[in-house]
Amino acid sequence: MGASSGARTMNAPAEGFKARAHDKLNDAKVQRAMRNFNLAGARARGIADLDNFEDIRTAAAAIRDRSLASLDLWLARFEQEATRRGTKVHWAETHADINRIVIEIARQTGVKKIIKSKSMVSEESHLNDALEAEGFKVVETDLGEYIVQLAGEKPSHIIAPAIHKTRDDVADLFAEHHKTPRKSDIGELTMEARKFLREHFLSGEMGISGGNFIIAETGSLLLVTNEGNGRMTTTLPRVHVAITGIEKVLPTLEDASCILRLLTRSATGQSISNYVTVNTGPKQPGDLDGPEEMHVIIVDAGRTKLLGTDMQEALRCIRCGACMNHCPVYQNIGGHAYGWVYPGPIGSVLTPNYIGIENAVDLPNAATLCNQCGVVCPVKIPLPDLMRKLREKQVDRGLRPWQERLGLKLWAWTAQRPGIYAFATKLAARLGRSIGGADRTIHRLPGNGWTEGRDMPAPKGKTFRELYAERKRS
Amino acid sequence: MSDQKLRVGLFVTCLVDLMRPSIGFSALKLLESAGCDVTVPTSQTCCGQPAYNSGDRAAAQSLARKVVAEFRDCEYVVVPSGSCSGMIRAHYAELLAEFPADRPEVERLSARTYELTDFLVNVAKLDRVPGRFAGNCTYHDSCSGLREMGVKKQPRALLGQVPGLTLNEMATPEYCCGFGGTFAVKYGEISARIADRKCEDIASTGADAVVLGDLGCMLNIEGRLKRRGDRTKVYHVAEVLAGMTDE
Repeated sequence: MGASSGARTMNAPAEGFKARAHDKLNDAKVQRAMRNFNLAGARARGIADLDNFEDIRTAAAAIRDRSLASLDLWLARFEQEATRRGTKVHWAETHADINRIVIEIARQTGVKKIIKSKSMVSEESHLNDALEAEGFKVVETDLGEYIVQLAGEKPSHIIAPAIHKTRDDVADLFAEHHKTPRKSDIGELTMEARKFLREHFLSGEMGISGGNFIIAETGSLLLVTNEGNGRMTTTLPRVHVAITGIEKVLPTLEDASCILRLLTRSATGQSISNYVTVNTGPKQPGDLDGPEEMHVIIVDAGRTKLLGTDMQEALRCIRCGACMNHCPVYQNIGGHAYGWVYPGPIGSVLTPNYIGIENAVDLPNAATLCNQCGVVCPVKIPLPDLMRKLREKQVDRGLRPWQERLGLKLWAWTAQRPGIYAFATKLAARLGRSIGGADRTIHRLPGNGWTEGRDMPAPKGKTFRELYAERKRS
Repeated sequence: MSDQKLRVGLFVTCLVDLMRPSIGFSALKLLESAGCDVTVPTSQTCCGQPAYNSGDRAAAQSLARKVVAEFRDCEYVVVPSGSCSGMIRAHYAELLAEFPADRPEVERLSARTYELTDFLVNVAKLDRVPGRFAGNCTYHDSCSGLREMGVKKQPRALLGQVPGLTLNEMATPEYCCGFGGTFAVKYGEISARIADRKCEDIASTGADAVVLGDLGCMLNIEGRLKRRGDRTKVYHVAEVLAGMTDE
């Protein structure tokens, strides 16, 4: 698949957006899957049981800002508390560091088979590819992640990784890879995945998880999952490695309890997820289960560049996916078109910040700025404002096409001069009317961006300014 | 005080000026029906939004400062567009932050700038609309009007007064039409696809016309409806309220 192979390269991965979007818009299966996709409706029902949802959003944004304002302090506290309870804390400054650290741990502990629960940060570093290249067997255990792994693809959504697939796609994939009779019932397909995954859980020697949050006051890792695979992954194998970004630290468990009220409701509409797991250190004497070793890898990989800048608010993100669930662009093109790990509005802000503005020029522009994302964001990230600021940075760095820059300059120059502007619009109104012809409709405009899929109602022949002046005179 | 006429400056907007002047005249008629004393500053051109959303901050700033100066003497500024009024009210302060000396004047402008239907309902308290309309309408909420200016009930309250008009709500009136300014040209294929969902939603109401408050959405929806061969009419709310749908 073009989109997924494009997403594997680290060089300018978010380029080629338009071509990928075009492919997805013309892929009947993706379109069918995206039409069925309605987590926005689930959220609307989910938040209805809280009468103070907006107050909790305000509180949650403040909690995230407090974490980010003293990030160094909270991270140091986390390291201290986690270390005290037997967790080994690692710092990954780059994506390459993530892979290096995981491989080192795997070698030192002598593991061969690795099972994973969801980790988007590991997608940033292409950890699975790196591990497989070193000869390790890696199995994704989140159902959606398992599906995209079988398909040789990447997640197209941060919490619903296989949302671009239909039931038929999954039925074909399971029959092919499991070598079982093809099933089409969702319940049967799920049970089949469960049976296959159970063997992986029992034979996995290392479990890799993400981390929804890390808690400074207790040195804990907090995981929010629905399928139970997170608990299997973090407790059954003898080594547990969690990977999370530096921005995911919360000062206290009390803070986490506030954020959790929003996270699951914003994501899937659930008042709470099936599992909320707080892991604090490896197996202790007297514990019945748990890993012998627990590692937490805390990742920078571009995040500190946002601190103290006009982009810092993006680091509030708690990865609920509500922005993409409500985005008219995402809903139509799906996640793979965005070309890197995080799709949708938050991806359009994070991707250029993490991999370079020049490597993701389309993303901040490919948005209508409808602000549906900003309205639903549980931590009030002003996503359209951040996209607009990224557009300004593109202009400042000369990344926009010269035609666009020249066009804007000419238009702005004219609009500054009412006399010339009045003359230019008078001509445009007449020209437009004459092109519009008898049906008063323009069918083709230069560049064809507008008229490829739409007509343009023609101007009426005279501007308001002219008609108003005529009326004043009469 | 109650005999004093409200002194309103009408900001026509660049798109209405060029594409559909009848909306400007409809706004004028409505404001005059509401007893306002309306002036239309002749030097006005554009609020600067296309430049602002394209990242050309300097160009946007020069146009914004021009608007601030042009409407300095108006008691209220009324705009037949949620997007242009939203630009002034929600974004000018940020856009002109580099000009601290302008700040008081910018804030004064933002505070007295209104979207047309919001002004008619909440400030001018228009109690009888001049228009009539025979048929079913459905109303599309423009993103900026809805989310920046809080325009939701106002147009519906006014449409409810139009004799002969029935309002059939579509399933997702708050869903973006896909316009997004230059987005519609730069990403025309995606934009048209988003517009399709809007067109389907409109069609499912069986309405004779879709009514809305922003010219950007209007050109987009009307353009896509026409291309689909759908003959549903598209009117600006001001045209319907003023009874000027034929012009």
